[in-house]
Amino acid sequence: MQEIKNYTMNFGPQHPAAHGVLRLVLEMDGETIMRADPHIGLLHRATEKLAESKPFNQSIGYMDRLDYVSMMCNEHAYVRAIENLLGVEAPERAQWIRTMFDEITRILNHLMWLGSNALDLGAMAVFLYAFREREELMDCYEAVSGARMHATYYRPGGVYRDLPEQMPKYGESKWHKGKDLERLNEWRGGSMLDFLDAFTADFPRRVDEYETLLTDNRIWKQRTVDIGVVPPEQALAWGMSGPMLRGSGVEWDLRKKQPYAKYAEVDFDIPVGVKGDCYDRYLVRIEEMRQSNRIIKQCADWLRKNPGPVMVRNYKVAPPSRVEMKDDMEALIHHFKLFTEGYTVPAGETYAAVEAPKGEFGIYLVSDGANKPFRLKCRAPSFVHLSSMDSIVRGHMLADVVAMIGTYDVVFGEVDR
Amino acid sequence: MSETTASNGRSAFAQKLEARLGQKLVSLSESRGETTIEVLPENWLAASALLRDDAELHFEQLMDLCGVDYLSYGDDEWDTRDVTSTGFSRGVEGRMVGRFKWGEAITSENGSAKGIEPVPSPSRRFAVVAHLLSLKYNRRLRLRARCADDELPSLPSLVGIWPSADWFEREAFDLYGIAFEGHPDLRRILTDYGFVGHPFRKDFPLIGNVEVRYDPEKQRVVYEPVTSVEPRVLVPRTIRDDSRYEQASAERKAGK
Repeated sequence: MQEIKNYTMNFGPQHPAAHGVLRLVLEMDGETIMRADPHIGLLHRATEKLAESKPFNQSIGYMDRLDYVSMMCNEHAYVRAIENLLGVEAPERAQWIRTMFDEITRILNHLMWLGSNALDLGAMAVFLYAFREREELMDCYEAVSGARMHATYYRPGGVYRDLPEQMPKYGESKWHKGKDLERLNEWRGGSMLDFLDAFTADFPRRVDEYETLLTDNRIWKQRTVDIGVVPPEQALAWGMSGPMLRGSGVEWDLRKKQPYAKYAEVDFDIPVGVKGDCYDRYLVRIEEMRQSNRIIKQCADWLRKNPGPVMVRNYKVAPPSRVEMKDDMEALIHHFKLFTEGYTVPAGETYAAVEAPKGEFGIYLVSDGANKPFRLKCRAPSFVHLSSMDSIVRGHMLADVVAMIGTYDVVFGEVDR
Repeated sequence: MSETTASNGRSAFAQKLEARLGQKLVSLSESRGETTIEVLPENWLAASALLRDDAELHFEQLMDLCGVDYLSYGDDEWDTRDVTSTGFSRGVEGRMVGRFKWGEAITSENGSAKGIEPVPSPSRRFAVVAHLLSLKYNRRLRLRARCADDELPSLPSLVGIWPSADWFEREAFDLYGIAFEGHPDLRRILTDYGFVGHPFRKDFPLIGNVEVRYDPEKQRVVYEPVTSVEPRVLVPRTIRDDSRYEQASAERKAGK
C-alpha cells in the first residue's frame, strides 16, 4: 500500500490573498490543514523604537502607517495617550470632529475589507463598488488634512485645523468633462458638512447594493457560513476585540462601554453575531457601516450648529496662530520651542485604547518627563487576531484559510509595526 | 471605576486587589483612573491565575503584554538645570538613544534628571507589563513584574493562563531578549531569520547592526555591518520640570 505523509506548503509572502506580506507555513494532510504557522515581521519597521528618538508630535504620522486603512483611529489612540499624561483635553468641537472622522475611517476600513474579502472568495464586482464610495470619503480626508491617507490630522489638544468651508471640486480634464463632471461635482457645491449630508443620505442605498451582491448569494454563503467558527470563550481567551469578538456574540464595544470623544452623546447600536462564523462577521461589519453612517450624520448636524475652537489655546502644547506669531514675541518663542524641542510630558504611564475598525487599538505610553516617549507600545488588533490563526484553521480546508485571513481583516502595517 | 471610598483614599477595587493578592502585591498605584500593580517574578503566575479566576476580579482577557527596558530612564542629553554666566549648555552631552553604533555603549553625562521632582530610576532594568481587561466588570488593570536578572532576564510564561500571551511573549523575547519559561514555542517573531541581538533594548543602536545588499559577484543578498548611515538624531532629549504645566493649567482656570 502506498504510504501517505503530511506535507508542508508555503503560502505567501507574495500572494494576493495574503493581504500584504503574510507568510504561512502550512502542514497539510491532503487539502486539510494540520498546522498553520504564520511568519510575520516582513514589514517590521520598528515604529515603537523610532518614536523613542523623536519628539512626541513627530510620531503622529507613524501612527497612520500602522494600520494604513484606518489611519485616523490609530492617531486617536496615540493622541489620547499623550493628552492623558499631559492632562490636556481637546475642545468640544475637536472631539466631535474626531468622532466623525473615526466613523468615516470605520467605513473606509470596512469597505476595503468588504472589497478585498469578496475578491479573495471570488467576487470581483464588490471591490469596484466599494472603492467608488471609498473615493468620496478619502476626498474628505484630503479636504481636511491635505492627504488622502496619511493625514496626521489629530494633534494632542485637538485637531490640526477646522473643517473646510468649501469642499474641493473636480476640475475639467480629458477624462472628466460635461455631464460626467457635473455628476462628480453634484454634492460638492457647499461645505464639507453639506457633502457629508449628501453622502450619508445616499450611503445606506449603497450598502443595500453590496448586500444584494453578497448576503443571499449562494456561493458567498457556501464559502462563509460555518467556516472559521470562533466560540465566545475562544475569542476571549485569544484576546479578540472588535468585530471578531462581536461576531461571536459578545456584546463589547469600547465606544459604548468605555466611551471616549463624543460617543456617549451619539445614538447608535452595536450589532452582534450568533454563531461566530465568517458569515456572521460579514453581517456585523455590514451593519457597523450603517451605524457609522448614522453617527456621521449626527456629528455633522452638531458641527454645523456649533462653531468654536478646534485646538486648545495652550501654547505649551499647540502652536499659536501665524497671525499672532507675527506680532507677539511670546508667541514666536512658543512656536520656536514647540517646533524645535517639542513639549515635555510629565513622567508616568498610561494606556489609551480606541475602538478601531479592526478591534481595540491601544497605546501604552511611558514617559520619564522628556520631550520624547520613553517607551511606546502599540497594541494592534490584527496582531492579536492573527496569533489565533493556528488554533482556528486546524482541520479546515486550504481554501478556508483564505476565507479566514479575509475575515480577520489583517493589515500588515500594524501586525509587524 | 468611580467607586471611591473614604478609607486611605483608595478605590474599592484597589482594596479588593489588596485583600485578594495580599503578600503577592509589591506595590499598587492609581493615577488618571488607571490601576497598576506590581508583583515579584516568583508570584507572576500565581497572581495572574488569581486575577483571571477570582469571581470578583475576573480579568478574562489579556489585551497586551510587552517588555520595557528601563536603562537610561530619566536621563537627558541637554542640561537645562545648571545655568552659567553664558547661559544654558549649548551642546548635546552623552550618547543616548539613536546616537551610537553597533558595539558602542549608551552613555549619559548628565546622569539622572535632577529636576524639581527627581524621577526615581527603577532598580531593575527589564520589566514585563501586561494589560488586563475584565469584560464582566468593565475594568482594566496593568500588571508589572521586573525581571530579577539584568543579564538574562526571564519570567514564567502566561500562555497557560491566557493563550493570547503566545505572540506577545514571542515579541518581548525577540525585541528585549526576555525569556519566558514554559513557553511552548519561543522563537523570534518580528525580526529577520537569523537576526542577532535584541533591537528594542536601549543599548541597541537605532541604525541597526547589519544592512543588506545584493552582491552581483556572489549573485546573492549579503549582510554587512552598517556603513551607509551615520547615527544621527536631530532633536536632543530634554527633561524639564513641570512648572510649565502648572502655569498652563492655572492660565486655563483663569480663563485666559
